[in-house]
Amino acid sequence: MNEKLLLKYDHIPGINTLAVYRQHNGYTSLEKALKTLKPDEVVEEVKKSGLRGRGGAGFPTGMKWSFLAKPEGVPRYLVCNADESEPGTFKDRYLMERIPHLLVEGMIIASYALGANASYIYVRGEYYYIIKILQKAIKEAYAAGLLGKNILGSGFDLDLYVQPGGGAYICGEETALLESLEGKRGNPRIKPPFPAVAGLWGRPTVVNNVETIAAVVPIIQDGGDAYAKIGVGKSTGTKLISASGHINKPGVYEIELGVPVEEFIYSEQYCGGIRNGKKLKAVVAGGSSVPILPTELILKTAKGEPRLMTYESLSDGGFATGTMLGSGGFIVMDEDTSIVKNLFTFARFYRHESCGQCSPCREGTAWMEKIIKKFIDGKANMADIDLLWDVQSKIEGKTICPLGEAAAWPVAAAIRHFRHEFEAYVRNPQSINEVKHYYRLNNLVEA
Amino acid sequence: MTTSEIKFNDEAQKKVQEILAQYPNDKSKSALLPLLHLAQAEFDGWLSPETMDYIASILNIQAIEVYEVATFYSMFNLKPVANYLIEICQTSSCWMCGAEDIVRYLEKKLNVAVGEPTQDGMFQIKTVECLGSCGTAPMFQIGDKYYENLTFEKIDAILEDLRKENKRSRYV
Ligand SMILES: Cc1cc2nc3c(=O)[nH]c(=O)nc-3n(C[C@H](O)[C@H](O)[C@H](O)COP(=O)(O)O)c2cc1C
Ligand code: FES
Repeated sequence: MNEKLLLKYDHIPGINTLAVYRQHNGYTSLEKALKTLKPDEVVEEVKKSGLRGRGGAGFPTGMKWSFLAKPEGVPRYLVCNADESEPGTFKDRYLMERIPHLLVEGMIIASYALGANASYIYVRGEYYYIIKILQKAIKEAYAAGLLGKNILGSGFDLDLYVQPGGGAYICGEETALLESLEGKRGNPRIKPPFPAVAGLWGRPTVVNNVETIAAVVPIIQDGGDAYAKIGVGKSTGTKLISASGHINKPGVYEIELGVPVEEFIYSEQYCGGIRNGKKLKAVVAGGSSVPILPTELILKTAKGEPRLMTYESLSDGGFATGTMLGSGGFIVMDEDTSIVKNLFTFARFYRHESCGQCSPCREGTAWMEKIIKKFIDGKANMADIDLLWDVQSKIEGKTICPLGEAAAWPVAAAIRHFRHEFEAYVRNPQSINEVKHYYRLNNLVEA
Repeated sequence: MTTSEIKFNDEAQKKVQEILAQYPNDKSKSALLPLLHLAQAEFDGWLSPETMDYIASILNIQAIEVYEVATFYSMFNLKPVANYLIEICQTSSCWMCGAEDIVRYLEKKLNVAVGEPTQDGMFQIKTVECLGSCGTAPMFQIGDKYYENLTFEKIDAILEDLRKENKRSRYV
């Protein structure tokens, strides 16, 4: 139960260079694809693999690819979503920093499958140093005939470019990303039309997450069927989990989908348990947007079955008792953590990141932040809990893009599972100061 | 600075050409974000109206098309900033691991509040949202560099090094 497909070689010195990457099977999948498979056959393998988008929504990748419109004489594009801004998520950064060629190889194979001759990797601007790493890898690939004209003598041409964002979470939403790549504000577009029909510059476009594209490399290497055998049910393959918060060993872990949550949190192989011998209080399992769950519901489903790290198991029970795998941003909170204060950081984030196009999201995120702040300042009353619930319920489903839901869900879940904590702050406004709601740095020295 | 003084040097001009080559000829507006990053790095760490007008002229677009973009994205500074903009993540995982202490420590140490430059124009603190470094919290970013698993001692050493270096930080 410990198969690694993406991070098999992440600790090999120099694996970020073409030479060392090639010594570890690098670009053999590309060769296989170009020399033995037709583009449609690559799509077929990806369909067989059961790979689901790793950016958060979990949409089947092969199916997405087969929806791409192919009108005669119109260029089409593959755009890699490396905007990675969902709080708690840092796996794409790790992958691009350590093994940039894995993404480059995946981009070439996927572009070949889709018939794209120009592709873009859109990287959040704050990751500028990653942009430089990718540009270096791309330069090496051009020099080795792996990019450019007639790649490996196959007749397939591809130019690959890296585009910086400007610091905006919303540009991770695929249509906002395309707007941004066109040099505009990141305002999401109304769908339909979907990018598969009218994407970058109005042309057919596929947008995929970094990890999704990287996963295409082992899928082609070993075949879609072999990939589908890894994991559980419809959660096939491996997933990169970004683990952070109050755990002994934060970091990026590649897990086989299906690892029990309890094992993931407590085993030495992964998070190594809760820091300082504390007890677990709650987990946000899939990035800031997904519902927070208290210990009893994250370790076991409402039916009492062990909760597994799969799309299905994490969402078991719906939002009443479940959550989502999302982007795999796994944030762990110990017994001393103030759920309300943590929620405030999320609310502030979403208010800051709302693009402002839709009033329920623009106004709603600001109101949620304001109301939650009242609890922290000891100025809230009981009616504010219901008011907060009311505000969040009026955002969901009423906006152009899902940022509205992403902002509302964490608020709803916090009230659902931790209402008593809101109430305690109302009853005893001082209690917020008594809760050790964040770790004091060990070496607290006065400046 | 007057508009006539704002002009990319030869090296930057070369970069402009490389950037423009990334898009179809009639889609050069796509170069706007990369060019704004380049301009910010080349012209003192911020985008003055003159700088934005200059970018508009390069791309042959209306100045308003540049302003509306520059004001949308958080990385573009529309006012002058200190040499080293210290961008501290304050979101969930960083908050849980002591980001508030980092902010307070820096405010005290530099004797400024968040947002104000130090008197010598060397440092400025900015609080930002998740930078994808949650597993190595608490953290801050200065230019394209990530400083992770911060402690007060580490911060002391970082500031000292930067004071010695005394160069404007940049992403590009
Ligand atoms: C507000 C918002 C932010 C998003 N941020 C990201 C992101 O940073 N990275 C990402 O891959 N997908 C992100 N997504 C999902 C994308 O819209 C899109 O579904 C994804 O890139 C598709 O790739 P995949 O099918 O490979 O997952 C975001 C969605 C929303 C609504
Ligand atoms: S929460 Fe600070 S880097 Fe993600």
